[in-house]
Amino acid sequence: MELPHHALEIRGLRKSYDRPAVDGLDLSVRTGEFYALLGPNGAGKTTTLRMVAGLVKPDAGSIRIRGIDALADPVAAKRVLAWVSDEPMIYDKLTPWEYLEFVAGLWGVEPSRAQAQAEELIGWLGLAPHAHERCEGFSKGMRQKVALAGALVHDPRVVILDEPLTGLDAGSARQVKHVLRERVSNGDTVIMTTHILEVAERMADRIGVISSGRLIAEGTLDELRQQSGRSGASLEDTFLALVAEPAEPAQAAE
Amino acid sequence: MNAAATYGWFARHELRLAWRDWLSMMTAGQRWRLRYLVLTLIAFAVFMHLVAAAMVGRFAIVGESDHDALVIITSMAFLSWCLVLSQAMESVTRAFYARSDLDLILSSPVASRRLFAVRLGTVAGSVALMALLIASPFINILALNGGAHWLAAYVVVAALGLAAAAVATALTVAMFRVFGPKRTRLLAQIMAAVIGAAFVIGLQVGAILSYGTLSRLALFETGAISRHAPPGDSLLWLPARAMLGDMPSLAVIVGLGALVLAGSIIMFSRRFGEYAVAASSSSVQARGVTPGVIRPFRRASAASMLRRKEWKLLIRDPWLVSQSLMQILYLLPPALMLWLAYREGSGAMVVVVPVVVMISGQLSGGLAWLAISGEDAPELVATAPVTTAAVIRAKIEAVLGCIAVVLAPFVVALGLFSPIDGVIAALGIVAAATSGAVIQLWFRAQAKRSQFRRRQTSSRIATFAEAFASIAWAGTAALATAGSWFAVLCGLAAIGILLGARTLSPVR
Repeated sequence: MELPHHALEIRGLRKSYDRPAVDGLDLSVRTGEFYALLGPNGAGKTTTLRMVAGLVKPDAGSIRIRGIDALADPVAAKRVLAWVSDEPMIYDKLTPWEYLEFVAGLWGVEPSRAQAQAEELIGWLGLAPHAHERCEGFSKGMRQKVALAGALVHDPRVVILDEPLTGLDAGSARQVKHVLRERVSNGDTVIMTTHILEVAERMADRIGVISSGRLIAEGTLDELRQQSGRSGASLEDTFLALVAEPAEPAQAAE
Repeated sequence: MNAAATYGWFARHELRLAWRDWLSMMTAGQRWRLRYLVLTLIAFAVFMHLVAAAMVGRFAIVGESDHDALVIITSMAFLSWCLVLSQAMESVTRAFYARSDLDLILSSPVASRRLFAVRLGTVAGSVALMALLIASPFINILALNGGAHWLAAYVVVAALGLAAAAVATALTVAMFRVFGPKRTRLLAQIMAAVIGAAFVIGLQVGAILSYGTLSRLALFETGAISRHAPPGDSLLWLPARAMLGDMPSLAVIVGLGALVLAGSIIMFSRRFGEYAVAASSSSVQARGVTPGVIRPFRRASAASMLRRKEWKLLIRDPWLVSQSLMQILYLLPPALMLWLAYREGSGAMVVVVPVVVMISGQLSGGLAWLAISGEDAPELVATAPVTTAAVIRAKIEAVLGCIAVVLAPFVVALGLFSPIDGVIAALGIVAAATSGAVIQLWFRAQAKRSQFRRRQTSSRIATFAEAFASIAWAGTAALATAGSWFAVLCGLAAIGILLGARTLSPVR
């Protein structure tokens, strides 16, 4: 079966609360790509990704996930998608093992396959010693790892993460980054927002910069440098230059 | 302005927090609701005065030598004191376990005992205030009908409130030492609920065994207790005499209340910080399952997974179980009545069936809130490839399943005694439980499960709709059991309440 060229296609996406949070956003993420979405606070990154995950209804626009119209057929779109928020929401009274079983059940994964996947994830993320303890005493990092394991246990084709490394120690952050890179090398797509520019610089194939609900720049690090007119600058300098002087919305790089 | 970190400064800080907390609880953070709150409180006060007039108006003219009056006043005061003690235990436990500003206080260079002394004082003050508010309609009616000497009851109630706070602090600290911080929270809250309910239920059981009614007043009105009570000059009647305006008794009661509270504050405020730290440490200890019981993943549909998850979370949270199932305690009197009815063949069904129906409505409201609004991982469920309707259906099934387990024995017992009454009870339970669940669905608002006790504050309309729907279904069941066609009208009223709630609900 031929894979769709784009894992995510957003066209003319709009969402307003008191003021426009996302303002006619166009964005395309290729299949098998690690895409980092950057932007200052309140730029509309989280709102965009929450609309993609089906948590917020857009005012206008279209969202296609691996070719599936996410607004017309949300259940089919959700089947291939995983969402991890910056505030891990797990059940305190369940153990990580039980949590993964629950998530696998929600996504209708074959139990034997889900169990093998759960065992692998628990090992990868260093959760094995705590796999059968209730989550109520877990640190934020541990909870984040359980949430990430839950997102991956149903083997999603597109993983969306909102600030997944917040609150993680260096060792945990490395484990998470390793797991995400593995997914991409297996042909899955990872889309992530982050304020840690070094993570975007080192991990992302392409970076999108959002400001005031619009995509103002997009491309590889070198392409962003060119767009900002600062060749050889760090991503931090490039990013600050881009958001300081909002440019015309970038043409989605193809 | 008070100097920083003095008792007065801390008191001002605590009062400001308490006031804002209360205001936010009553208005759910919406300032515009304040005027409705004031109007509601005025209407409630008027209503309570009417209730008080009906209940105690005829007892207003009594003398200090009236032995029966002393018995009734003392018993009622003790009944109320049990409720106040229950509330005080809740407040003290919350003060121990609330983290809020504790880290800040304990890491600051001030003597924390000052704040904790003020905090215990605030608990005592709020408990006494609540007792005064509850008692005021009754005292006002007694004063109006019997004379100004009844106003001394205000002072007695305040003193008893302070004493209740002191006793609650001592009890909670004792439990802390005996059972440790981990178990104390749950045990203290269960104990508080049992204390609050036990006396009322005990009186009902006594009334049923002696006179076959559910009235808690029946036992007093017959003089059964009076005949076995101590003589009129006993110290036991001191609070009652004080309420009747006897100044020496009043002085003793006030002195005792203040003394007990001061002793409790001096004794416990110094170590309050240690208890609070121990309480917070206990909450982060991990709990595991016994190795060897780990089972492989099971094949199940998403709906089945959701139902199982709800049941598992509920079973594993004894605090929530105790809070939501505490209403089952109130099933004890009807259970006893049912048992007596079996023996004697009396017409107790008209009483028993609506109680069971009412409880199912209330239980359903609480459980549905936990399942729908108290979802801990709403984004996980929302991003799962399951339709919202399927998720909600599974959650409501989980709630109805719980209610079926709790109430099925009653329905079976009723059915064995009278099949038609069993069917009426079963239908009433389903109707009331479904109503409670759909009202929670219409008024759902995301919240943490730990906020269960404050669920009523998120929507007054939902709270009233839930209560009135339960009452209407209970009335329908009672009338149907009695064979009255008015049951149809009452059932229509229940449906009308649901339609009204649906119209007013934000989720349509």
